[in-house]
Amino acid sequence: MHTTSIKELKLIANTLRQNIIKMLYKAKSGHTAGPLGMADIFTALYFHHLNVYPKKPKHPDRDLLVLSNGHICPVLYAAMAKKGFFPKKELLTFRQTGSRLQGHPHRESLPGLETSSGPLGSGLSQAAGMALALKKDGKKNKVVCVTSDGEHQEGNTWEAVMFAEKYALDNLTVIVDRNRIQIDGFTEEIMPLKSLREKYASFGWGTIEINGNNMKDILTALHISMKPRKHALVIIAHTTPGKGVSFMENKYEWHGKPPSEEEAVRALEELEEQRRHLE
Amino acid sequence: MILNKDLFTDKQEWKATRDGLGEGLAEAGKKNKNVYVLTADLGGSTKTTKFKEMFPERFVQVGVAEQNLATVASGLAHMGKIPFITSFSVFSPGRNWEQIRTTICYNNQPVKITSTHSGLGVGEDGATHQALEDIAITRSLPNIDVIVPCDALQAKKAVLAVSRTKKPCYVRLNRQKTPLITTNKTGFKIGEAQVLKEGKHLTIIACGPMVYEALLAAKELEKEKIKVTIINMHTIKPLDKKTIIKYAKKTKKVLTVEDHQVHGGLGGAVAEAISQEEPVKMKIMGLNGFGESGPYKELFKKYGLTYKDIIREAKKLVRKK
Repeated sequence: MHTTSIKELKLIANTLRQNIIKMLYKAKSGHTAGPLGMADIFTALYFHHLNVYPKKPKHPDRDLLVLSNGHICPVLYAAMAKKGFFPKKELLTFRQTGSRLQGHPHRESLPGLETSSGPLGSGLSQAAGMALALKKDGKKNKVVCVTSDGEHQEGNTWEAVMFAEKYALDNLTVIVDRNRIQIDGFTEEIMPLKSLREKYASFGWGTIEINGNNMKDILTALHISMKPRKHALVIIAHTTPGKGVSFMENKYEWHGKPPSEEEAVRALEELEEQRRHLE
Repeated sequence: MILNKDLFTDKQEWKATRDGLGEGLAEAGKKNKNVYVLTADLGGSTKTTKFKEMFPERFVQVGVAEQNLATVASGLAHMGKIPFITSFSVFSPGRNWEQIRTTICYNNQPVKITSTHSGLGVGEDGATHQALEDIAITRSLPNIDVIVPCDALQAKKAVLAVSRTKKPCYVRLNRQKTPLITTNKTGFKIGEAQVLKEGKHLTIIACGPMVYEALLAAKELEKEKIKVTIINMHTIKPLDKKTIIKYAKKTKKVLTVEDHQVHGGLGGAVAEAISQEEPVKMKIMGLNGFGESGPYKELFKKYGLTYKDIIREAKKLVRKK
């Protein structure tokens, strides 16, 4: 059930990236840089780390993935489809009228989603509520919350950070996509976040800092997250926004726009080339 | 028998609807081990102390953080809990409205937003703390029920009733003591208005402690041969349109009274219903602006929300051709 081969995981990440480009091109709207940057982490989560049950999405023993920054949902949908939560061809309905794949996730539309998200800053506290309920019930399910660096400008995020430490949520892991971009520009220019690791540490959390596009790093961090601990844990994942497509990498302009036909073709060619390299 | 027989006598009992919340939470906690109570540093004022003493393991203190209050509750509800989030109406659903919209209503999680200190009755704390817009901002949300109990007994019944539904819910409560209009035996069903009195000249629809003022007004109006129907609209959403239309047809005049802005509250809800199905002459009584500091009884006088004001407006409306 869990894939451990780094090569295989890299191939899956490549598939997710290709599907992200196809979805966004078809939808003619949506966010490109974030999903591409997080493809390695979502691959590791869905194909290595989380216990999920695609055919029984509400299974009581499942681990819970809470996506807080809902706008990167193309990577979530691509991972869920690959995992078997819904047919792959449904990916091309993303953002279309009547689709279960809403522009920002809607829990009630698609089985397997743990929450609806999009408005930033409120995912971590929902994940904390879930983690608290599990602890109260003496259950061992893991809760992983994916957040963006930009949404650490929201006060609600820090309310949750305090809460998780007070209630010693040792079953909660937060992954911060530290890609340093947001809609209007670079995070450190818009509203400097500086060292998120130091900030979390000062609240009492356990912290790990990794290269979020290095599969080995990701697996190591996730492995550490499973060791017994007394605090909530944050993994600050430095990622390259637009990862895998040369002309999109590190360009904040790609935060919130889809590729044109020409750009999509070029992007897919690049990704296919990387795939050949991997195989 | 709906009305308390001691009403308008010296034996009339006074109690705040927030006390009904405290009692309701304790009883709901006893009946269902999934009931959780969350507070944002207002546990005493919102009367959650009893629940906290009885079920400390199901009491969650989030600190002064109403956005976290709503969203942690959404997470708890996702795992099968029935969270009651308690605060003042200004902060919840005020401060945390978007979190309520997205993580509770859009997610359709059975979080119960039970808030005290709504309306002018907050008194001396002044306008910053007098929630007068909360009905408007909650009743415009999909999936949620909005309940405004008329007294402490009804508040307790409302808390128990919402603990049994699988829906998001907002219950609006008050700080000040108000008379017990109902009895332990009075029924309560979400979405079913209570006709407390029938009269042919005018229908007065009120919610919360304004129901008492309306009853008092009706009693005085009767002396002048003006016969009034009084409806306790304890549920603003889903609105009991059937009862509203029935009495609009019968009396041809409808007056609404609420301790809330005249925009988007009870009056707005009633106007939406009758204007589309049974247009009749109408008057909406409430606030049109912010309140201020002062003893609450003086404020209700100053802002025109006593039985005397209702009498004046009722007469005007009855005379209107």
